Amino acid sequence: MLEKTRRRYILAKIDCYNPPHEKDFQNALLSSIIRLFGEYGASQTDLSLIEYNYERKYAIVRCSHKALPIVRAAMAAVNKIGSYEAAIHVLLVSGTLKALRRKIPTILGA
Amino acid sequence: MKKPFIDLHLCPPINQIDKVKSLIEKSAELGYGAVGLTFQADTKGENIEQIKKICKDAGLDPILRSDLSPKNARDLLNMLRKVRRIFEVIAVYCGSKEVAIQAAKDQRVDLLFFSQSDPKKHFFSTSEAKIASEKNAALEINLAPLIYLEGYLRIRLLNVLRREVLTATKFGVPIILSSGASSPQMLRKPEDYVFLTYLIGLDVHAAKQAISDNPQRIIERNRRKLSQNYVCPGVYLIKRGKDC
Repeated sequence: MLEKTRRRYILAKIDCYNPPHEKDFQNALLSSIIRLFGEYGASQTDLSLIEYNYERKYAIVRCSHKALPIVRAAMAAVNKIGSYEAAIHVLLVSGTLKALRRKIPTILGA
Repeated sequence: MKKPFIDLHLCPPINQIDKVKSLIEKSAELGYGAVGLTFQADTKGENIEQIKKICKDAGLDPILRSDLSPKNARDLLNMLRKVRRIFEVIAVYCGSKEVAIQAAKDQRVDLLFFSQSDPKKHFFSTSEAKIASEKNAALEINLAPLIYLEGYLRIRLLNVLRREVLTATKFGVPIILSSGASSPQMLRKPEDYVFLTYLIGLDVHAAKQAISDNPQRIIERNRRKLSQNYVCPGVYLIKRGKDC
């Protein structure tokens, strides 16, 4: 029988003087994963962007729970988004999107 | 009580207070409890006091650190004589095998670190690890180059660091994870560093120790030694006064 896919939801803060566009953020994250782990590694992450808040500079990313160390390492290794210097800081990791959303106000403020 | 995360290697331009302040404030924001700031041996006392105050205002414990870059073993001994009683942490940049062995041998040295950009200049092999483990010296790994290097250089650096981590673990040499950051954009959260070290084969538990317990131990040991009550190894003054 197929095992149920377990996922992790990551709340990440984008630390950049100019907030980057969604596409740039996605590209930066994916290219960091590919640079560090290759295309095979990237394929195992099952990565997708769930939410991107341009104004408040945060993003919610979903990945496979087994690939969490890969995604977190790749996030820490991002130093540029688009053409601007940037850093991605992981604020919270959760097993369900509902739980993550519930905690957002306490972490980011209302 | 939760152990504080410690970044032992911040290297901002000490004379530019604005830059120092922004780096310290960023460290506090990212969740560090203490930061090691690199000073030159001739830094003015008032400058040090000003930076200490900035740290305290930001809620951080300031740690005074000196980085020595000796040309040879004799040079290292001369430098150590001058700075050991002034700074809380002494780190030695080992640019040659001779310096690496002497630094590992000397009990006054706390940290050994190697070139951040040239993986060929890493001289941490079994002989240095063996000596370092006997003398309580630790291996410092600066993580900024892992973030900022690209392509072949990063591949080589990852390879060398993975080997060093293996050697250090085998001989029981404590590993210290530091940022080596000179600007706020180079800093990451301690938890992010823990996951970044996944790339060099350090497990989560060991990485957490390398960023909290191991540096804490070095600081406590050195602060005890630098206190007025220290007499010699194992002997401390516990009370002063006429009635003693």
